[in-house]
Amino acid sequence: MLRYMLKRLLIMVITLWIIVTLTFVLMVSIPGSPFNSDQTSNEIVQANLERHYNLDKPYHIQYLLYLKSIATLEFGPSIKQPNQTVNDLLGRGFPISFELGIVTIIVAVVSGIILGILAALRHNGIIDYMAMGIAVLGISIPNFILATLLIQQLAVNLEWFPVATWSSPKHMVLPVLALATGPMAIIARLTRSTMLEVLTQDYIKMARAKGLTPWKVIMKHALRNALMPVVTIMGTLLAGILTGTFVIEQIFAIPGMGKYFVESINHRDYPVIMGTTVFYSAFLIIMLFLVDIAYGILDPRIKVNNKEGE
Amino acid sequence: MEKILDVKDLHVTFSTYGGTVQAVRGVNFHLNKGETLAIVGESGCGKSVTSNAIMRLIPNPPGKIADGKIMFKGKDLTKVSEKKMRSIRGVDISMIFQDPMTALNPTLTIGTQLMEGLRQHQQVSREKAKKRALEMMDLVGIPNPEERLKQYPHQFSGGMRQRIVIAIALICEPELLIADEPTTALDVTIQAQILELFEKIQDITGVSIILITHDLGVVAKIADRIAVMYAGKIVETGTKRDIFYNPEHPYTKGLLKSVPRLDVQGEKLIPIDGTPPDLFSPPKGCPFAPRCPFAMEVCNKMYPDAVELNESHQVNCWLQDERGKKLLAMKATN
Repeated sequence: MLRYMLKRLLIMVITLWIIVTLTFVLMVSIPGSPFNSDQTSNEIVQANLERHYNLDKPYHIQYLLYLKSIATLEFGPSIKQPNQTVNDLLGRGFPISFELGIVTIIVAVVSGIILGILAALRHNGIIDYMAMGIAVLGISIPNFILATLLIQQLAVNLEWFPVATWSSPKHMVLPVLALATGPMAIIARLTRSTMLEVLTQDYIKMARAKGLTPWKVIMKHALRNALMPVVTIMGTLLAGILTGTFVIEQIFAIPGMGKYFVESINHRDYPVIMGTTVFYSAFLIIMLFLVDIAYGILDPRIKVNNKEGE
Repeated sequence: MEKILDVKDLHVTFSTYGGTVQAVRGVNFHLNKGETLAIVGESGCGKSVTSNAIMRLIPNPPGKIADGKIMFKGKDLTKVSEKKMRSIRGVDISMIFQDPMTALNPTLTIGTQLMEGLRQHQQVSREKAKKRALEMMDLVGIPNPEERLKQYPHQFSGGMRQRIVIAIALICEPELLIADEPTTALDVTIQAQILELFEKIQDITGVSIILITHDLGVVAKIADRIAVMYAGKIVETGTKRDIFYNPEHPYTKGLLKSVPRLDVQGEKLIPIDGTPPDLFSPPKGCPFAPRCPFAMEVCNKMYPDAVELNESHQVNCWLQDERGKKLLAMKATN
């Protein structure tokens, strides 16, 4: 187990390094600089600013300086918001984005699995058609359209929920709904199809032949096997939810990371671009690692540990 | 002898898009306490459906028990509630499946799967359940039971898995064990070991066994009585001796001729020509008539009644019916 972990850790570091390098190359290849839009500054001021932020140095030195800042986790001050460091921005924005993301994932996974199981158990019945109808809608409607629809109907017309911002559980409902529907639909469809397949397996018949209750047969014997493919796509869904938060945060005016991420690119705020990219990449890589570990726990045939001599 | 199971006129049908399949069409047989009954027949003749019907494990829809009675210890299993049936499954009647590779849940340990039936039906502590599980592992011949309990099915070989499946079936000490082709998926040397295990278990526990198979070699080894099934009906029943030495139904004779024998040199195997009938619209008369070398006109028109040849041996064939014999005699004199 330890050897596997170390191996994975090394691969994760390499992946992160590739992402950082690619981001750096992309960043310096976009025309413009953070100070282009500052009409007031003259050339000397600009040169001074560039020196202050190390932008006058050759690219390879800049690259090494970035690597150093990542290694020390000190991303330095933001260029556009000079009173704040990148770490300040991350510390303020990330908890909110994380909250949105986690609640979304929990809602999507739990409701998706329940919907999928119900559809499979009532195969070709009314519940099945209804669940799959919801699923098709959820997959087809992009989250930003769903978000505006929800705001129009539930917030503006019916006034059940606040239109925007992020302060109470009630504020969470609409953004989470908008963000979770797509992944929920995918999980529901996947759970249904794998559940249908698992239910025809011999071991399910055997579990019934033991005289177990239907609840036990489903929860203990069928679900665990049916969840395997769901865990597999969790990695992709996580990435989708993560990028989805950028859009949803914009629509609902949620003060999360998304705002800084998008603005930093528009403003060529190099330290913030680097900081947010590294942070998001690291977060996603760690999540994918956890998914792999979960896979090994769910299915004992997939060995996570490389025991010597085996 | 005490009858533990008595199946009377059992009909099982499956509704499909193409129509209704009459998989089992009026099956009668009984099982005495402590004996082994083999139900023999080719693929698709309704053997497995019959055994699933006894367990009430026919998926409904599309399948259903259309008619008939399954009397088990004085209760009609076709009538009892699902809840009551759950307390019978695994406790009074257990089942062993064909393929041990797929019959065990790959994500649960052997110990969990072995003990869950016991813990479901009898309020026993974990330690007691474990003790009983270890006893069962010992009974079915699995070395290092303590360690093996913690392992998963993929860490076991095919033969070992079938031993586990047998242990699971027997852990609540059932009175009736239904084994649906228990050796078909195993290789020959393992088959012999598993059959010996069945004999040993029957000696120790006195369990009655219904053995579903198409392998006459298996039947010859462990069955007491044999029921030969064809196209959803039982065409001949008798003791092992009746069936192997005095087969009367042409289908039984055909089956026996198509099995290789070691005691006769240079003998050719004779297959039965033709294919079984379509069970969407089964024939009115004897379903074997189109393939039967002795078929008469009456065979295509009416299904023959059961004829008792001796107290253990019954056959459904016009050739053995008094009226059929008269027809034959008339034909001979003309």
